[in-house]
Amino acid sequence: MTSERLSTTALIYVALAGVLAAGGAAVAVDGGNLFSTANLVDMLTRTSLTGFLAIGMTLVILCRSLDLSVGYVAALSSLVAATTMDGAPGNVPLGIAAVLLVSGLIGAANGAIVAFGRVNPFIATLGVGLIIKGYLDTEYKGPAGDVPAIFQQFGYTRIAFVPVSTIVMLCLAAAGIWFLRSTRTGHHMYAVGGNIDVARMSGIRTHRTRITAHVLCSMCAGVAGMLLAARFGTGSAEAYTNLYELDAIAATVLGGTLLLGGRGGVAGTVAGVAILAVLDTVFNVMQIDPFAKDVLRGTIIIAAVALYARRQIDRTARRPRFAAAGTGRP
Amino acid sequence: MQRARSAAAALLGGGTGTVFALLAVIFAIVFAVNPGFFQAASLMAFLKQAAPLVILAAGQYFVIVSGNFDLSVGALVGAQVVIAARLIDGEEARTVPVIGVMLLFGIAVGLVNGLVTTVLKVQSFITTLGMLLVLYGAIRLWTGGAPTGSLSESFRVPGRMGIENVPLLGQVPWALLIMIACGAAAIWLMRTRFGRVLIATGDNDLAAELSGARVDTVRTAAFVLSGLSATIAGILIGGFAGVSAQVGEGMEFTVITAVVLGGVVLGGGQGLVVAAMAGALTIEALFTLFNQLALPASLRPSVQGAIIIAAVAYAARRRMRPAGQTATPS
Amino acid sequence: MNTTRLAVASAAALGLLLATACTTDEIDDPDTQETAAGEEGGDDWFVQADYERQLEQREIEPEGDPAEPWLQAIDPDWVDTSEFALEGGDATVCFSNASVSNPWRVTGWITMQQQVEVLQDQGLIGEFRSSDAADDDDQQISDIQAFVDSGDCDAIIISPSTTATLTPAVQAACDSGAPVIVFDRGVNTDCAVTFIHPIGGYAYGADGAEFLVDNLEPGSTVLALRILPGVDVLEHRWAAAQEIFGDSDLEILGDEFTGGDAAEIKNIVTQYLQRGEVDGIWMDAGDGAVAGIEAFEDAGKPYPVMVGEDELSFMRKWDETGMTAIAPVYSNFQWRTPVLAATMILSGEQVPSEWVLPQEPITEADLDEYLERNADMPSLHYAKFGGEDLPGFPDAWRDR
Repeated sequence: MTSERLSTTALIYVALAGVLAAGGAAVAVDGGNLFSTANLVDMLTRTSLTGFLAIGMTLVILCRSLDLSVGYVAALSSLVAATTMDGAPGNVPLGIAAVLLVSGLIGAANGAIVAFGRVNPFIATLGVGLIIKGYLDTEYKGPAGDVPAIFQQFGYTRIAFVPVSTIVMLCLAAAGIWFLRSTRTGHHMYAVGGNIDVARMSGIRTHRTRITAHVLCSMCAGVAGMLLAARFGTGSAEAYTNLYELDAIAATVLGGTLLLGGRGGVAGTVAGVAILAVLDTVFNVMQIDPFAKDVLRGTIIIAAVALYARRQIDRTARRPRFAAAGTGRP
Repeated sequence: MQRARSAAAALLGGGTGTVFALLAVIFAIVFAVNPGFFQAASLMAFLKQAAPLVILAAGQYFVIVSGNFDLSVGALVGAQVVIAARLIDGEEARTVPVIGVMLLFGIAVGLVNGLVTTVLKVQSFITTLGMLLVLYGAIRLWTGGAPTGSLSESFRVPGRMGIENVPLLGQVPWALLIMIACGAAAIWLMRTRFGRVLIATGDNDLAAELSGARVDTVRTAAFVLSGLSATIAGILIGGFAGVSAQVGEGMEFTVITAVVLGGVVLGGGQGLVVAAMAGALTIEALFTLFNQLALPASLRPSVQGAIIIAAVAYAARRRMRPAGQTATPS
Repeated sequence: MNTTRLAVASAAALGLLLATACTTDEIDDPDTQETAAGEEGGDDWFVQADYERQLEQREIEPEGDPAEPWLQAIDPDWVDTSEFALEGGDATVCFSNASVSNPWRVTGWITMQQQVEVLQDQGLIGEFRSSDAADDDDQQISDIQAFVDSGDCDAIIISPSTTATLTPAVQAACDSGAPVIVFDRGVNTDCAVTFIHPIGGYAYGADGAEFLVDNLEPGSTVLALRILPGVDVLEHRWAAAQEIFGDSDLEILGDEFTGGDAAEIKNIVTQYLQRGEVDGIWMDAGDGAVAGIEAFEDAGKPYPVMVGEDELSFMRKWDETGMTAIAPVYSNFQWRTPVLAATMILSGEQVPSEWVLPQEPITEADLDEYLERNADMPSLHYAKFGGEDLPGFPDAWRDR
């Protein structure tokens, strides 16, 4: 199983290299240099936010769930962080703790509604997202709170050309890879996503696994919210309008994780995030019309997924839901 | 015979009963708050503006019951309205040919969605998310960012006008008649062999394929029906309110919510098209209720989210036992 | 459990990085909050002083040629810009745009590009780079950073997506040494050389609200239609309207968010009409005003007293129906000013530190004149776009 997953992941990194090469060539023809420091910084900066969200999203999608509330959680978290810190450097740890607590609780609610309430995750998390939206619209009519300069460093500092936020994102990705490969809960996530009935029968506590995935996903969204707060210098409810959840899902699937669950991993997701970031930077450097950008983005996402979807689906998507038929397939 | 039994089972056991009960409760509260709402004129106006969502829900039902998603419908509705305005450009004579072009365009978009999903094996969530981006960008590229041109008076008739001076009812909107016609056609379609194959495909595509069903064909057809329904909805919405840049935005989430509220299971294989359409009516009734109660606008998403989750969870609870047996293929 | 382990790990990683972070570059000016309005968000958008100043500014005669309102300034405080003077023209001007996601911004963006072409032909601007953040604050911060990092920009123009959130990024742009020009929505720092904007949201909201108070009998009912919550320029409009309605005898039936979607507007107005009379409509932006008017037609009710905007489909409907209406204006011609200001700054000419452009509603009296001037223009075009003298007129706007 590991080797198969690796080969899919490898394929995605090949795709990333291809996008980088094609993008570099296109920018070069245009008379620029995609690999200049400024552009590298831009690319890496763009990976952090989607990266945080997509890492969490990968966990829930692996469990055959989905989280459409992450954009709202990130917006709320930016406000929780900024209002808790309220300009005082001493409050930074408290702010971080508050965000992780709030976002973790929302994740637990998502997970509980999905697991115990048997509500389809699409509806459950869309509903939770709407509840948060109503709260934000009522409570915060605009930016609020004040992020101390020390915490703004999280959004602005970089070591050479690598932003700190990207490093944190990569650390989190590494933790995610380790979690999925080496912990029992991680293995259970694949099992639950592969076939929840079989997983339950083989003694996995499926509810707990799915709730854990949702808690971690929301906490990742909380970290994304803290990054927003660090970059904005304040908390912003408006951040939910950007449909970050769709970006995160696109990056996850682009990274080879199957929406039906049970297949994929964080390593691929990071590549998926990177592909989107490279595209955005290339479009920006080449000054592509913003609407053409959407067209290209949509086409490339479909094309990239199509490129490796076929074999991946052939091998994996036919879950043994109709067990006896398995032998009938070529 | 068997069909009648399964329909009865669905009514009693699943979301179908819930959605009609919810609809009744909402109407009862509306009546308590404002008995005037049940005058013919108000009811007709309500049905007129609800018609596009109901038709969209019927289209989305085909896609969902066959095991897919169509996230592109909101963008398609918007695109169709803009296409109509630009091509008609105020000239009456162009109305009918342009409607023809729109129908072809809707079918083409559905066909592309269907073929990319079935032939290229891209998961429908990604296919239609990509299509959403492409339509959103392409239509704005074509019109320079904001809609141009204008609709003709005759184009606006189906969405805005009706049969005048009907006894007891006053004006009967064309939109209502079109909605009834679409609903009847959808119900009829689901009773044909196509409908049965569609449900079987959503329930277990492998089993359906083994028993000789052309799984890819019916799934593609479902997307085409969704594209068609978005076109009709576009004609009605454009007729109802004219052109604006935001037409259709976010409708994909509303309509999927409506279909699920109707007890149709995401992932396919379960649910009735009547209930999906009732789900759409329920959503519209809910918005009306919010308005009648003068609920603060910023709070409405929260209430909406909570009600949706509660309704779907309630339906899932009731479905639990009977649905346990559906895994057995017939 | 693993949850907590991961949480602790990530928190620890964060803390560690923050501890080491200070070794590197940039953003360390904690004094970005020095100007007003930094902390007000959260509950109340209404700032009495700003409100009163804007209402006063409506009465002040702007300096400059009335034929070129985009170069006029109300009560300007001229600042010296000789430190930014650049030899030889051909400057590279960079523009970070919040978005072109609504027709008002689309119209303005065309006007700006047309003005840039003129300046390029004159040799004042060489390269004009632009980026579009699609209304995403975080994206716009990256866009501005990319301009700063490239080191190529002789001047940076920023149309911020949200006021407070872009303050650190604008500060960073100022620190880069290039002159920064902010327009439309502001930021909470005055580091920009000039901040260009029409009088503002309070004046806009007040123009409409006062018109309703003047043209409706006491006790009449008014419905307020708003696009969405939380955007400062829109919240100011509503705050001013509430202030004026509060002192009047008008009854406010409700305020509803429409997303600017015509179908939603028509639907909401229809529902209000079912429940009772609506004598006046106040809107925070005119998108979809026609759909609101049609709701009255379809319900067979007399036209309301209407607050729209200088958007053409509304103005044409107004003219057709002869209804009592006003079109508040959020001067679209302001999109010309930033590029002109950039060339002025780069040649060392003085500019106002806060460049307040005139903002005058279109009334019954000048309706015909503006319809005449924009006869060729499509719907969803803004009458006071101020590009009639640019060489691309009318094709660039008509065939956008």
